[in-house]
Amino acid sequence: MDLHTITAVKRPASPDELVGWPQGHAWLGGGTWLFSQPQPTLNTLVDLAGFDWPALTVTEAGLEIAATCRIIELDQFSPPASWLARPLLRECCRSLLASFKVMNTATIGGNICMSLPAGALIALTVALEAHYTLWPRGGTPRVVDAAEFVTGDHRNILAPGELLRSIAIPATALAKRYAFRRMTLTHLGRSAALLIGTQSPGADDLTLTITAATPRPVRLYFPAMPDAEGLRATIRSSVSDDGFFDDVNGTPAYKRHLTYHFAEQIRQELGAGA
Amino acid sequence: MSCTIDGKPIAATPRPGQCLRTFIRDQGVFGVKKGCDAGDCGACTVWLDGTPVHSCLVPAFRAAGHAVTTIQGLAPAEGGLHSMQQAFHDAQAFQCGFCAAGMIMTAAALDEEQRADLPRALKGNLCRCTGYRAIQDAMDGVGSVQPDVAGEAGGACLANPFSTSIITGHACYTMDVAPEGALKGLLHLKVLRSPHAHARIVGIDRGAALAVSGVVEVFTWEDVPRRLYSTATHEDHLVDPDDTYILDNIMRFAGQRVAAVVAETEAAAEAGCRVLQVEYELLPAVFDPEAAMSPDAPVLHHKGGERSGNIYADIAGEVGSVATGFAEADLLHERTYSTSRVQHAHLETHGSIAWRDAEGRVHVRTSTQAPFITHQKLVHLFGLRARDLHVFTERVGGGFGGKQEMITEDLVVLAVLKTGRPVKLEFTRADQFVAATTRHQMTTRVKLGARRDGRLTAIEIRVVSNTGAYGGHASETLAAALASPMSLYRCANKKAEGFAVYTNMIPAGGFRGYGASQSTFAIECAMDELAQALGIDPFALRRMNMIGPEDWIESVWKDVSDVGFGSYGLDQCLDMVERKLADGSGLLAPEGADWAIGTGFAMAMLECGPPTEHRSGVEMALLPDGRFQLAVGSTEMGNGSVTAHGQIAAAQLGARMADMALINADTDRTPYDTGTFASTGTVVAGQAVNLAAQGLRENILGFAARHTGMAAAGWRLEAGVARNGEMRITLAALHAAGTDAGHRFQVKRKAYLSPRTVAFNVQGIRLAVHRVTGEIRILRSVHAADIGRPINPLQCRGQIDGAVAMGLGWALTEHMVHSADGHVVNAAFRNYHIPAFADVPRTEVLFADTYDSIGPLGAKSQGECAINPVAPAVANALANAVGTRFAELPLTPDRIFAGLGAAQ
Repeated sequence: MDLHTITAVKRPASPDELVGWPQGHAWLGGGTWLFSQPQPTLNTLVDLAGFDWPALTVTEAGLEIAATCRIIELDQFSPPASWLARPLLRECCRSLLASFKVMNTATIGGNICMSLPAGALIALTVALEAHYTLWPRGGTPRVVDAAEFVTGDHRNILAPGELLRSIAIPATALAKRYAFRRMTLTHLGRSAALLIGTQSPGADDLTLTITAATPRPVRLYFPAMPDAEGLRATIRSSVSDDGFFDDVNGTPAYKRHLTYHFAEQIRQELGAGA
Repeated sequence: MSCTIDGKPIAATPRPGQCLRTFIRDQGVFGVKKGCDAGDCGACTVWLDGTPVHSCLVPAFRAAGHAVTTIQGLAPAEGGLHSMQQAFHDAQAFQCGFCAAGMIMTAAALDEEQRADLPRALKGNLCRCTGYRAIQDAMDGVGSVQPDVAGEAGGACLANPFSTSIITGHACYTMDVAPEGALKGLLHLKVLRSPHAHARIVGIDRGAALAVSGVVEVFTWEDVPRRLYSTATHEDHLVDPDDTYILDNIMRFAGQRVAAVVAETEAAAEAGCRVLQVEYELLPAVFDPEAAMSPDAPVLHHKGGERSGNIYADIAGEVGSVATGFAEADLLHERTYSTSRVQHAHLETHGSIAWRDAEGRVHVRTSTQAPFITHQKLVHLFGLRARDLHVFTERVGGGFGGKQEMITEDLVVLAVLKTGRPVKLEFTRADQFVAATTRHQMTTRVKLGARRDGRLTAIEIRVVSNTGAYGGHASETLAAALASPMSLYRCANKKAEGFAVYTNMIPAGGFRGYGASQSTFAIECAMDELAQALGIDPFALRRMNMIGPEDWIESVWKDVSDVGFGSYGLDQCLDMVERKLADGSGLLAPEGADWAIGTGFAMAMLECGPPTEHRSGVEMALLPDGRFQLAVGSTEMGNGSVTAHGQIAAAQLGARMADMALINADTDRTPYDTGTFASTGTVVAGQAVNLAAQGLRENILGFAARHTGMAAAGWRLEAGVARNGEMRITLAALHAAGTDAGHRFQVKRKAYLSPRTVAFNVQGIRLAVHRVTGEIRILRSVHAADIGRPINPLQCRGQIDGAVAMGLGWALTEHMVHSADGHVVNAAFRNYHIPAFADVPRTEVLFADTYDSIGPLGAKSQGECAINPVAPAVANALANAVGTRFAELPLTPDRIFAGLGAAQ
């Protein structure tokens, strides 16, 4: 929709061209969220497109995703065959409410910075133990654990004007087995719960990531596969029974129920061996 | 910036925050539609260098240097249609057509992998009319349109006469006009809406708003005629309460109009709204109708009815004695069922544009379902002379009862009268959810008594309807809730009482099914539970108790009514659905022990037309070229009435549909029509068409007889000629001869709604439900309709497909969620889920073999009633699967989880 309060669009070639971060500025990635609802507090859009960051870079260390990488590019990406977790990339891209036409313009960074509980690219990057590189305004870049980035519904650790530059997914995580569970109240709708379990090759560990059901992602690490009660107890100690997210995509009680149900399914699936 | 749109170079500078959708429309390319403006519905889909995008989400400046392709540029330059446009034509994969542009632009861009997974590929394209069956047909290359052959129009599957303009993007909907000519200097009107559910405006300071550059005027309650009216449109203005002012100083729901700001641009109007200073005195609010009926509840209206508190309408009736009936019963069943508040979600939002011409006449271009009643209301409110006002529709993008309401036209006329300039008001999608109307939320207590053999001894219902802050349609929907769903069963003892109650919720209004949907849900669920309690097959229980063709049609009043059986096909419908549910067809049940399978069905009866007055006029003329002019006052909004009208006329005149020059819904150019609602498009307006076409035929043949001296009885109309034996005179020649002789080939006829016939619908569902996640998958959907002889079977099937889809939305996903202080929480399609392609199963639609003796050409009402049995059929199938009754809509997975958890 038209954003009537926007009076300027800045299109820098590099973030350094901007001085400070006046109130009312917003980074413009794909624009699919910004333009989807009125933004009366904004007056200036700062376009990321001019930075021309390479979308996807495969190195021995893993996968680096530019924040400006369009979701469709990750969806269509052909990862190295050695990455056992490679189908998860597409699985998460397709766990969004958005249509493929939105994915044609929406960016990975946009989904993460929106910081909705159901943000499936948050789920992906937390589950695969990614780190985010953040560029503060005027400061030195910092690297944070993906699991620490989102702090609540539509909330994250970004300071005003701070930019998510890139997402680095380590090759070790991409080499893991995984199990994926998701439920939506409507067919192909927005997630009520999205859980991902991963396991190192040849090992008995479990990394369980709970998203959508909780206001922020919860990642639990078990050096050895827990039993059913151990798993439940760990979840309970990490997410209190009243700590589940309440919105139109499912009641908190339902999301709690799904979380425990899917977690147990994942435990059994990964516990059964490759 | 420069770009191309449909191959044409464009050099124009977008506003900084402008999206591509409005930029394209600013260039005069109106095929690109606004359905949601938020990337959810896909109506604005265009290609950017060949890649489909939601143009409402794309910053306009990003089109610089790129090629934009819209629906208007899809067809080959050398002429003809794109293959996908042709496929949509042949399958008639649209009804109102508002979604078609985006749907086609998406469909035409899909690769093989995407075409193999249409539920996913089309998740970003919403259609509220078709139920997606016809869209799938188009994608599969299935075409059902028959050729338009003179004399064979009746009962033929003809294409909508506006098909080509719809699928090429050239059909002009309400907002599809450029601000040129009479609209030069068009102003934009935006409404500041109440942040409070109940409050009194203490003061408004317009200074800051008027100081905004571009703001022309600010209107508040002090600027409007202090005349009460109802926004609801009915022939009889007395059936709705006069409880509304154009602008009021009392706010009765969050979202009510506070003030209207008129400005040179939308941006300025919005800015004016933001800075307008309003001081409120908060008043206690009440949202629950039972609480609102208590003596200590805050009373919303003090307009003469306050003696009854917040009860706007109470209706009751009893035939026989339910006390006696319950005493005679071997078994009683009693439960309370409730339905949710839902929005019509027509893809075209409400909107109107008004201007004054050089002679001082005011013209209103609007998305209404009732231009003539709107005309009357505007004349009343502003003290205009009727002849100084012109109200019309061009093409309307869906209605479903939502546009049986005057909620934009009054403000634009006010602004035109005050400023003298043309003014436009276009609802946003959020406006639809916070400031339009909804279906009435109703809670229905049902008590049934039966003998051991299943014979009903008594039926009693108590309905409480939450009409929200205003009472439009409240008494009529309540009466409907107490009528046909009760008439459906033969029982000596029936009683009903109902209350329509004001609360501080968004006002309810008319919505397809109109009250009967709500009580049908309750009664059909209750009958299913009764069958189970008695250990009797639910089909057998219905057959034992359902109304038969020899029965007196009666709900709970002894008054003689004008309803009768023009035909009867309920027995056929029930047989067909039972047989189809039992034949093992449909999707296979998912694998796994957690999936439970159940079947269910429900039935519904509809009186074809409202109990209140409804009338329609039609003018027909033979044109000099031998074609016919057909001027009908009713609106076409995707319900297919224009197609049906054209076919009725063509059938009577031995002509093709293509021979009809159609004019619709225009207070200057067509005779009076009450409006397109209450299942009247076929049986009232269609009847008027039938009478007018018969009259014109007699007129033409009578002149042919006089002109030739051959007896009138020997003459026939055949494909553009009048024929008597071997003698043929073309209608063009006859027109010339008649005109020379001073003959006028014109007729006008009126139709009035009495007697009324009845239609029936039966819906069958088999579904799978996952006991752990609560997910529901529909495995089989079958719908049998007794709508008489379908005038256009393809179109009737499409209407039923759409009604079933809308019923599934009501049953499974749709629910307006309100916060504790009365604000709608989910005022966007991403949070208020209307069925998408993935949600709607293919429904097998079957027609009873009946021919109605009352409706035109044997037809009955067809677009409305099919929604009514859908939700109870789903609920009955769910109960059959899991053994637990879910008595509140919608049946979402989280509620199913909660219910099954409680049952364990």
